[in-house]
Amino acid sequence: MAKTRTNIMVCGGTGCLATESDKVMKNLEVIIKARGYADEVQVIRTGCFGFCEQGPIVKIEPDNVFYVKVGPKDAKDIVDEHIVKGRRVERLLYEEPVEKEKVNKQEDMPFYKKQVRVALRNCGLINPEDIYEYVALGGYEALGKAITEMTQDQVIDIVKKSGLRGRGGGGFPTGLKWEITKKNESDVKFIICNADEGDPGAFMDRSILEGDPHSVLEAMAIGAYAIGADKGIIYIRAEYPLAISRLNTAIKQARELGLLGKNIFGTDFSFDIDLKYGAGAFVCGEETALINSCEGKRGEPNYKPPYPAEEGYWGHPTCVNNVETFANIPPIINRGPEWFASMGTEKSKGTKVFALAGKINNVGLVEVPMGITLREIIFEIGGGIPKGKRFKAVQTGGPSGGVITEEGLDTPIDYDSLLERGSMMGSGGMIIMDEDDNMVNIAKFYLEFTMDEACGRCNTGRIGTKRLYEMLHKITSGKARMADLDALKQLAYMVKDSSLCGLCQTAPNPVISTMKHFWDEYLAFIKDEGHPQGEGRYTPKNKIGMKS
Amino acid sequence: MAGNEKKHEDKKMIHIRINDQELKVPEGITVVEAAHEAGVKIPTLCHLDLHDIKMVNQTASCRVCMVELVDASGNRNRLVPACVTKAHEGMAVRTDTIRAITARRMAVELLLSNHPNECFTCPKNLECELQSLAEELNVREIRWEGERMDYPKDLSSDAIVKDSNKCIYCRRCETMCNEVQTCGILSGIGRGFEAFVGPAFNIPMVESSCTYCGQCVQVCPTAALTEAYHVDKVWEAINDPDKHVIVQTAPAIRVALGELFGMEPGTIVTGKMVTALKRMGFDAVFDTDFGADLTIMEEASELIYRIQNNKTLPILTSCCPAWVKFIEHQFPELLEVPSTCKSPHIMFGTIAKTYYAEKNGIDPDNIVVVSIMPCIAKKAEAKRPELTKDEHNNVDIVVTTRELGAMIKEAGIEFVNLPESEYDRPLGETTGASVIFGTTGGVIEAAVRTAYEWMTGEELKNVEFEQLRGMDGFKKATVRVGDKDLRIGIASGLGNARELLEEIREGKDKYDAIEIMACPGGCIAGGGQPYHHGNYEIVKKRQEAIYQEDRNKKLRKSHENPEILKLYKEYLGEPFGEVAHRLLHTHFEERERI
Repeated sequence: MAKTRTNIMVCGGTGCLATESDKVMKNLEVIIKARGYADEVQVIRTGCFGFCEQGPIVKIEPDNVFYVKVGPKDAKDIVDEHIVKGRRVERLLYEEPVEKEKVNKQEDMPFYKKQVRVALRNCGLINPEDIYEYVALGGYEALGKAITEMTQDQVIDIVKKSGLRGRGGGGFPTGLKWEITKKNESDVKFIICNADEGDPGAFMDRSILEGDPHSVLEAMAIGAYAIGADKGIIYIRAEYPLAISRLNTAIKQARELGLLGKNIFGTDFSFDIDLKYGAGAFVCGEETALINSCEGKRGEPNYKPPYPAEEGYWGHPTCVNNVETFANIPPIINRGPEWFASMGTEKSKGTKVFALAGKINNVGLVEVPMGITLREIIFEIGGGIPKGKRFKAVQTGGPSGGVITEEGLDTPIDYDSLLERGSMMGSGGMIIMDEDDNMVNIAKFYLEFTMDEACGRCNTGRIGTKRLYEMLHKITSGKARMADLDALKQLAYMVKDSSLCGLCQTAPNPVISTMKHFWDEYLAFIKDEGHPQGEGRYTPKNKIGMKS
Repeated sequence: MAGNEKKHEDKKMIHIRINDQELKVPEGITVVEAAHEAGVKIPTLCHLDLHDIKMVNQTASCRVCMVELVDASGNRNRLVPACVTKAHEGMAVRTDTIRAITARRMAVELLLSNHPNECFTCPKNLECELQSLAEELNVREIRWEGERMDYPKDLSSDAIVKDSNKCIYCRRCETMCNEVQTCGILSGIGRGFEAFVGPAFNIPMVESSCTYCGQCVQVCPTAALTEAYHVDKVWEAINDPDKHVIVQTAPAIRVALGELFGMEPGTIVTGKMVTALKRMGFDAVFDTDFGADLTIMEEASELIYRIQNNKTLPILTSCCPAWVKFIEHQFPELLEVPSTCKSPHIMFGTIAKTYYAEKNGIDPDNIVVVSIMPCIAKKAEAKRPELTKDEHNNVDIVVTTRELGAMIKEAGIEFVNLPESEYDRPLGETTGASVIFGTTGGVIEAAVRTAYEWMTGEELKNVEFEQLRGMDGFKKATVRVGDKDLRIGIASGLGNARELLEEIREGKDKYDAIEIMACPGGCIAGGGQPYHHGNYEIVKKRQEAIYQEDRNKKLRKSHENPEILKLYKEYLGEPFGEVAHRLLHTHFEERERI
């Protein structure tokens, strides 16, 4: 990087690659070479910028100019105008939708203004295939500090103090998980990175792995040191080829520099990482199912206890953390737990990455401090609802979560407040619905997903989710009667109560929460005599298990 | 209860509360077990605890045993499966809340919503655990009409029928097949609603390495796995005036058949069974025990031959077809080790169609040999090409104990009140040695009784070898025979057999003779026996009855059977001689391992 005067950063995330960012990059390289600037201008393929709605993204540094929706044919103008003549290409700048003003700096865009990027700190900033760029920005400093200056307990203590909680969905305190795994005595322990991201619409883990793979490797090494493991596994779905390739490159480079392998930083600590590929089963994101899959067994969960921290991979104590959780670790070590804990709410510290999708203007990936309101995310960062339509609800927590309506928009987001609202944090998927969406259909959509993804081990997951889906289908086909709504509600609570693992315990949530908030939309499908559509309130006869 | 207290002596006791009862229970027991001590029955379905054979199915998959775990604050109670949830100090559980009761009933309702409504014609009618649960939990309607599983029945093998539409995915068969029998044939296939248990890639059973031991059938709560049904063939043969239909009954049938008619487990019903078979119309009612005595003559001779000529030792018994198929698939490099003897009922079939046919002037082509077996693997064994290659089969039809029970009922015979009769002669003359073939340790004990007298030339006074008895799956014993110690290994259950074979392969332990039976406990616990429904005490009672039957016999050594001696004198010549070799011995072959 030293000799070059200008870096052209082209987004190499999956979203932008799908809209031909690789061709943009190739054209840029060819034209720069043709114009004779190859020595002073470098084209870098970065990770995801997050603003997928406006992709492909090209950013020019150090000019700090942010181009959006760049097509392969725009490469010529970027080089000839911006690079050669020093003039911004106005038509490629982002246009602020309300005032219709062009914005050229990333930090001035409403999409980025309220974001605080910790887990995504390097995404879009560095070339993920070059370990030196990661190191140049302080990479592997935290690992060095942890293993040369700190005891295992000190590392755990810092993570505990930071208040970091699992970003994969459960929200279990990370430091505590490390502590429990450390306390379980064993010669052999494992640390596993759960990269089996599966929520529909969520892609923060993929973006981190594609844009900043070393942050995960570094954090795994720190975690391994803390719990006393010398072997790590990244369980990643095979549908993430780019993330896999970047991880492989990163692991190779880290090994070459001695940052993975024997006696890291000259200490007694040795650690290495292997990849295991998942076949894309949603249930394999559940940690015991993930471990079964790693062992080559059928990907289905076990009854807990024993927890993986006691008996995990091949029966040894194992700590399973999510990608985004890991990505937070190096900054926590480097900048201290107080810094991290200064962000967020009382019980949920730091930031959280959300994937915005559905009826929202700025589809993409955003990282915000905990405690921000849904209104800020949807209307300020997300740019509101397209075509001037009215906001109806947002589904958080993916298929395991529930809907939050207008009245919940000002809730500060954290693990607990979302649970109180009948939804959950989940891995951070956020699907926005507008006035045109029918909520029974939305519930049906999610049930179809969980029904297909249930492993089948438990009766309620296998048959219960199927029957829930079929009942929703019966309702939307206009064939259901009031008694069916009663039965549906009862079954939803029963499946929630009786299922074996988190997948199917939460699978009925979309039904339960849409029934709670949009009962009229259910009623509208019912054709019972004496019960005109959409009128009156129906109280189910049987209230068993229906506390809500 | 007394047994429980004894079992609990060494354990730390903890205090828990079930419904309104305070209990002191040993730490680590499950809520189901604790509730049982409090006189509270929590229904279970997938759960199966056969600790006698080291099998506990803990998949917690059926969700029929959900109970409410009371939270200290009282407002965050949750449901947990009682079969896998361990009791801990201060735990409070309610089994009687409407939330728990409804969840349990709905779990059964859900299973029924995906289950064929064909109880009337189902082979498990009135033996089905799902059916009993529906009654027990008061399921009165099934509110979920929807898609049901729709897979074709697997009728590919001669032994086992797999009807996946009736699979409730309890995984008992899988645990049995993988953990106890170590065959690894059955496992979960498919995902979500499509999930069921079958062989890898759902290949037909006949293409798998299944041994047909039938232990999966024994533990299946529904009719997803049953034996192939051959009753009609038997009736057809009996009703064919041109056929001379001979029936033979295996040793283990007589101590189990009574259970099918409500008699106490362990009741010996030999005489009633013979009467029933005669009334059903068989032309001759014989005993597989005759074949067992013959087997001992051959096997003991082979053992002595191998010892005296420094040939391959140990010798392994080959009476059990599931075990033979197991070694063919799993240990083909050890195929030199088993005795080449045919199994007793096959030997019997051979003698019936040669010696007996000639003696009585019957065309062997018109003889139909029916074997009543406690076993499903015998059905497949009877169809093995090398055992059917002559113009006539050695054995034509094999039916299980359960099928025999069904036939007796169908024939309108009031079994319990039948008078007793004797087997026909000559092939019904037997000794105590052959009766004990039905239990683990029995074949080797019978062989020792004969080998001892032949090797030492002395009379064996005490014929009962306690060191070879008991329900342990893996026994090692030494028997002093003259100036030689015979080292004996006994395994029942294929997992134990695997352990023993691995020892042999690695040369870890030296044995002279080994007995292996595929079913844990031996033929008394065979896949074709009346269902034990998870109660292994039944099997133990059958074992006691087998030894009782042995004690009831005047002759207790195979080589003292006068009809056997006559058979050799008139027809076979020397034991292990040329004719015997041609008729009574067979060979094994390497098979693929899938």
